[in-house]
Amino acid sequence: MTREAFIYDAIRTPRGKGKPGGALNEVKPVTLLSNLLRELHNRNQFDTAAVDDVVMGCVTPVGDQGADIAKTATLAAGWDWNNGGVTLNRFCASGAEAVNLAAAKVRSGWEELIVAGGVESMSRVPMGSDGGAWAADPRTALDTGFTPQGIGADLIATLEGFSREDVDAFALASQQKASAAWSRNAFERSIIPVRDQNGLLILDRDELVRPDASMQGLGKLNPAFAGIGEFGFDAVARQRYPQVERIEHVHTAGNSSGIVDGAAALLIGSEAAGHTLGLKPRARVVSAAVVGTDPTIMLTGPAPASLKALQLAGLKAEDIDLYEVNEAFSAVVMRFQRELDVDPERINVNGGAIAMGHPLGATGAMLLGTLVDELEQRQGRYGLATLCVGGGMGVATIIERI
Amino acid sequence: MKAIRIEKDSDNIVHLVLDNPNASANIMDADFTESLRQAVRQLQGEDFRGIILRSAKSTFFAGGDLNRLYAARREDAEAFFSECQALKADLRWLETQGKPVVAAINGAALGGGWELALACHHRIALDDRRLKIGLPEVTLGLLPGGGGCVRMPRLLGLQNSLPYLLEGKQVSPQQALAAGLIQQLAADPQELLDHARDFVLANSDTPLLQPWDQPGYRMPGGDPRNPKNAQLLAAAPAMLIQKTKGCYPAPEAILSVAVEGAQVDFDTATRIESRYFVELACGQVAKNMIGTFWFGLNAIKAGDSLPESVRQMNTAPVKKIGVLGAGMMGAGIAYACASKGVEVVLKDVSLEGAEKGKSYAQKSLQKRLERGRMDQSRMEAILNRIHPTDQVGDLDGCELVIEAVFEDRKLKASVTRETEAVLAESAIFASNTSTLPITGLAEASGRPANFIGLHFFSPAEKMPLVEIICGQETSEETLGRAYAFVLQIGKTPIIVNDSRGFFTSRVFGCFTNEGIAMLGEGVNPATIESAAAQAGFPVGPLAVSDEVSMTLMSKIRQQTIADLQEEGKSVPSHPADKVIDHMLELGRAGKASGGGFYSYPESASKHLWPGLAKEFPQGEQPPFADVRERLLFAMAVETLRCYEENVLRSVREANIGSIFGIGFPPWSGGALQYVNQYGPVEFAARARELAALYGDRFEPPALLRQLEESAQQLTDE
Repeated sequence: MTREAFIYDAIRTPRGKGKPGGALNEVKPVTLLSNLLRELHNRNQFDTAAVDDVVMGCVTPVGDQGADIAKTATLAAGWDWNNGGVTLNRFCASGAEAVNLAAAKVRSGWEELIVAGGVESMSRVPMGSDGGAWAADPRTALDTGFTPQGIGADLIATLEGFSREDVDAFALASQQKASAAWSRNAFERSIIPVRDQNGLLILDRDELVRPDASMQGLGKLNPAFAGIGEFGFDAVARQRYPQVERIEHVHTAGNSSGIVDGAAALLIGSEAAGHTLGLKPRARVVSAAVVGTDPTIMLTGPAPASLKALQLAGLKAEDIDLYEVNEAFSAVVMRFQRELDVDPERINVNGGAIAMGHPLGATGAMLLGTLVDELEQRQGRYGLATLCVGGGMGVATIIERI
Repeated sequence: MKAIRIEKDSDNIVHLVLDNPNASANIMDADFTESLRQAVRQLQGEDFRGIILRSAKSTFFAGGDLNRLYAARREDAEAFFSECQALKADLRWLETQGKPVVAAINGAALGGGWELALACHHRIALDDRRLKIGLPEVTLGLLPGGGGCVRMPRLLGLQNSLPYLLEGKQVSPQQALAAGLIQQLAADPQELLDHARDFVLANSDTPLLQPWDQPGYRMPGGDPRNPKNAQLLAAAPAMLIQKTKGCYPAPEAILSVAVEGAQVDFDTATRIESRYFVELACGQVAKNMIGTFWFGLNAIKAGDSLPESVRQMNTAPVKKIGVLGAGMMGAGIAYACASKGVEVVLKDVSLEGAEKGKSYAQKSLQKRLERGRMDQSRMEAILNRIHPTDQVGDLDGCELVIEAVFEDRKLKASVTRETEAVLAESAIFASNTSTLPITGLAEASGRPANFIGLHFFSPAEKMPLVEIICGQETSEETLGRAYAFVLQIGKTPIIVNDSRGFFTSRVFGCFTNEGIAMLGEGVNPATIESAAAQAGFPVGPLAVSDEVSMTLMSKIRQQTIADLQEEGKSVPSHPADKVIDHMLELGRAGKASGGGFYSYPESASKHLWPGLAKEFPQGEQPPFADVRERLLFAMAVETLRCYEENVLRSVREANIGSIFGIGFPPWSGGALQYVNQYGPVEFAARARELAALYGDRFEPPALLRQLEESAQQLTDE
């Protein structure tokens, strides 16, 4: 019989605005992560020496986040030297990839207990500050048709015929769902407030959520990517999409994911590990998948990745009770909904990154945590989390509530 | 010792005198490379206080050896790379040997010439506005491979160096001084030499280093890792693609060398530059561009296309001309000629009309004045040369008259007769018709030997080409004089034989018709326009049809039909015809009439008319490559026919004419070079494929079938 990988727990920090003045700007990313590791240990009382590895996603692993922050955080948390630590980068799906890798390790039988998650302090280590050939080396950028994500999002909207109103309406719904979720304490089980060394509270709620958001307010925001589009990136995108006369720049700061700081951690283990440590599994990782799609439009990966994961699981789209599709941009989720023909009522029931923010390396793990909580809340069975990924990738994970 | 003389003066300063024995300008040919090699070897064993590089020619140094570069083949990449590296090692020796090295720039220092100057510690130029400094390599599909991509960013910083490297920007000595390219100006050749000597004497006691070789050197504006640059550099490739649509490898390579080279030490950067240089020089686009814009254009300027009898004819510059008709075309021709110092009598039926024509020049000059590109006195001088009139008698004394009235035979005939009555016997009468055969128009002339076609392109003051059309009776002398006049006003002539639409109008019509036909077939109009852009055309077929107006296109077709029927010939039809007719029925003739394929809203930029989707429903879309190649092939195949029918007399004129006159993509080297670079065999096969799919007009003409069989290229050799 196949070995299973179980999710024994899932926790996260609240998300702070990812800029100076944001509540978590004063907290170092290593502290965000090591505090979370300590709390995971407190809640579950496992022997830290039993943890084989700590796998953490981080998209900008330089500076404060450099030099394998996963291992650094286990040491800072005072965990047993016995466990390993590895930082991985699958761009925006790094947190999901960490969970998927942990599950694969457990299912392979090579390891028994793993902590997987991610961390990103976007206020301290800004997006793109790690350079990289794709954007910063002219020869590579020219050969690969590099465009920033926002251009791809606007291109999706143009091709799909999503108007500014459509994408704003989606964003408003995200805000409303997130506000409602917070009002009914939907995240109660997983949110770990961030405190200082004296135990004083720094942040206990997602800071970015705007309960007062309105269509009127959203409508006033300027298109965020029209400028870089005119600069030349529209032309690059149109090289591959010659059927598009011009790209309609509908995405704004209001209908795109927010820039935030945050971290997440899940405890993943085998059945045997649970027995030994006296832990009760909350969910099972059913399948996981990664795909590559056209890198210029870049953000169309969620549908094919989900279909691949569904096929591996022997499931159909309608078998999934709840979807968490990362709200990188409104158009990404709207296109996913159309492609898989999913009931919108099953997607992002507690809002998403447009309202609460997208701490790049941690988001995938946060989505999976939200799924576990909400499946339990609703007594649902299957949940699917998926994200669009830089470079034109897509990642999906299916879980089953136990 | 050939290209460089070594002299030593009484101060023990070495003078490297650049004096190419084979030509009137110094170039980086094998002689030069060898001479520099020997000079470096000799100097390595000698004691001297410093080195002055100066030229014995009227220019400092002209640049690379294009014969050598044109001949470079991929198979010789390794030897070619070594040659580049060896030359650059000698230049590197100059700047690292410790004694001061000065470039005394007495005339143009372009390309390799400027790179030579960059390897000197100190650059002094004569303060002469006409003296040009810059790196034009990119315009021939090359990069500055003699260290220019390495030293310019180190001298000016990445951001400031890019316009010189990527756009081939050229500057005067004063601008060069302000930009930090040179360090000193000199009023005359003696001062130039004095300054150079002074610098050597003042700096020969302690070893002198280039800024980039000094300890603690930092690139101005920071290296590519600097966050300020990182943002610029992430956008730079996109800005480039917006401009070039990916058709030009040279600016891409230049940007790459500049950035990659800025991240490593000097010698490593030099190797990176050589590798990219070898890649470009051996590549097809450089061959296309050097062949057409250097060898082809030079041959045209030298009059190689003229008949033997008038090739060396001495013609005095034309002083006074007449222009008949002061519409857009006539006004532009008058402006173009007056700008080059020719007196122009601009005649229209009313004085008011003639003055309106002159005001066209006035407005344009005013704009140039406001932008600081023109001074008041020059502007007045140009305007004073344009004499508006409604009196035919004022044309008295004109050596040449260019008729630019409506495309109406009767009208043209009457102005021909009326004008010839007041002209001297020797005067040339030229028609600016774009389509009507010259032989027919010459029937109205009392001296058909002096009658010729001079087809300008709109806007005439900007477009570089003039198509010269010889009628059956046009004399060789008239041709020779007209050719000289076109060169006199700074334009590029091509000679074509008389035929309907001549060369340019005929082939241009293939471009617009092909695009319009695709629309009729149900191809997405945005795809058609994008395909044109990605092929390298400056404007799409639908957009340009709107500019020309479909009314005019239809009129020309009707005239053609009438003429052919009169001659008892069959009338060819094109699938574009019914699309144009339909657009005219819809009242959408083009931009001037308020809208055509595009809508022209007042407050926003133009966009494709949304009604096109209903009028020309989109079907299953063909491969994008087909859409793109149909535009290129339609023109290239028709150009082959023109060449085959002797409408065109040379390959180079076909190439230059197609690029300068009707927007054929410059990267291709022109409509016939496109066939060459595609490979005649492959081109013929693809033409047949397109013919089977889209119509007989793509069927290879006999000439192409011959080339296919012999696997030969089209050349003028």
